[in-house]
Amino acid sequence: MTDTIETVSRQSTRAVLKEFWFYFSVNRGAVIGLFVFLALVLVAVFAPYLTPHDPNMQYRDVFLLPPSWMEGGHVDYLLGTDAVGRDILSRLIMGSRLSLFVGVIVVVIALTGGIILGVIAGYYGGKIDTVIMRIMDVILAFPSLLLALVLVALLGPGLINAMISIAIVLQPHFVRLTRAAVMAEREREYVVAARVAGAGPLRLMFLTILPNCTAPLIVQATLSFSNAILDAAALGFLGMGAQPPTPEWGTMLAEAREFILRAWWVVTFPGVSILITVLAINLIGDGLRDALDPKLKRS
Amino acid sequence: MSLLEIRNLTVEFDTATGPFRALKGVDYTVEKGEVLAIVGESGSGKSVAMLATMGLLPDTATVKADLMTFDGRDLQNLSSKERRNVIGKDISMIFQEPIASLNPCFTVGFQIGEVLKTHLGLQGKDVRNRTIELLKAVGIPQPEKRLSSFPHQMSGGQCQRVMIAMAIACQPKLLIADEPTTALDVTIQKQILDLLINIQSKSEMGLIMITHDMGVVAETADRVVVQYNGEQMEEAGVLELFESPKHPYTKALLSALPERAEGDRLPTVGDFAQAYSKEGGVAL
Repeated sequence: MTDTIETVSRQSTRAVLKEFWFYFSVNRGAVIGLFVFLALVLVAVFAPYLTPHDPNMQYRDVFLLPPSWMEGGHVDYLLGTDAVGRDILSRLIMGSRLSLFVGVIVVVIALTGGIILGVIAGYYGGKIDTVIMRIMDVILAFPSLLLALVLVALLGPGLINAMISIAIVLQPHFVRLTRAAVMAEREREYVVAARVAGAGPLRLMFLTILPNCTAPLIVQATLSFSNAILDAAALGFLGMGAQPPTPEWGTMLAEAREFILRAWWVVTFPGVSILITVLAINLIGDGLRDALDPKLKRS
Repeated sequence: MSLLEIRNLTVEFDTATGPFRALKGVDYTVEKGEVLAIVGESGSGKSVAMLATMGLLPDTATVKADLMTFDGRDLQNLSSKERRNVIGKDISMIFQEPIASLNPCFTVGFQIGEVLKTHLGLQGKDVRNRTIELLKAVGIPQPEKRLSSFPHQMSGGQCQRVMIAMAIACQPKLLIADEPTTALDVTIQKQILDLLINIQSKSEMGLIMITHDMGVVAETADRVVVQYNGEQMEEAGVLELFESPKHPYTKALLSALPERAEGDRLPTVGDFAQAYSKEGGVAL
């Protein structure tokens, strides 16, 4: 008897995964996004082994060398070099680590804070709700990049402080989304049924209601992931994020600003990297929603 | 001693247009192993009474009662923690919409298992075995397979069976069924009612059946409370009620049954109320 139960449970886990993949793979764009993203993760993980040069090494004899396939390019520097003779490809590869790191940390901070505050506001309502939501409204009232800039100015420039301020700026979106979803679910019959079964408020909030609100949160989390990368790049561009010589994509763009007309490759490649990453993550977010939301399933 | 005893229960809701009285002093008594039916039309306060008993009404409601005991314990002065131990374990409830009453995010097996873990402290394989036993008891075919089904993969009748399995998981002393068959079609209704009565008579538990279906009452109940507009009209044994209803509202309710109707037009309670108030009685 117990043997059969175990096989059944193992089969059901496999069935759930299979079902997930079935719904995810319907969305062609999401699959492409996933592969691009996986490639990016691999690059980030194995970055030290992939870089042809030390990303901070300045080769004094090759300033602003064009990409290898262009006239005057060299095979050693596949995507050319920047104004102080650093290999752009190496810097991009190392930079992917920072970008993914920024995305993950920012989303984790914003999501955790946002979910806790949002669930509390949505579940209890009344005064607690008003206090939390007005604070969030104040944060939302600032242009997001400006607020992040102010926070970084207060905390001091640097990648860690930039991540904290971006997380604070992104948090209200999660709070609002969670609160709205919780309020919609709170009055549903299964919640009452769970209360009848003797569930306490914490259990109701986080185990009964929250799993039913995940679909919009997943989409928002993936969008925020790309937003965080963009914002970090913007802060880096403005000189408030990662500090040179850190090979961060936004910082690379900032350093290359004056060479836009003379050496297009110095600006283009970091920009394209940001574009591809953000696009891939947004595509995944869309596919995840289709696959994970039980309400969108057609069986 | 009665299992559940409620005297003079009033419930008031704070609304935008001032307080609204949903219940105006009703009494309920349920003995061990007895089936009590509460009948009444929509808005007569049937469900509110039961939600009030379990302490599930929102903050805008004020609940007052002279006496409210369950199994010798006063329900009014329980802390919310003690209350959670009583309801769910000793009192449980089945709802009208079976599919909406199950959490769409979790499998059926998980949801029943959760109740077993919390209230009975079962662990690991015991939980699964007991869950399968319960599903078998409520007549779900291939319970091992059904454990990993989600509510949206099952039919309404099956969901209601799962709800019943969940409700009887802790062998409660009192089961409240709030219109358990309203959302189901007629053949399934009969099966679910038979199942409920079967379980009830086997385990000697009290059962409160909230319904507006006189047919359900006749088939299941021992005693009947007729309720209208938050007031109790009549309380009687089921045979007595159907044979010689005392209160005019009950008479009206019975004469509105299609089986008892004479002539082409089915009388409504409203017709009866008019005639009654002309005779100088209390307006309904």
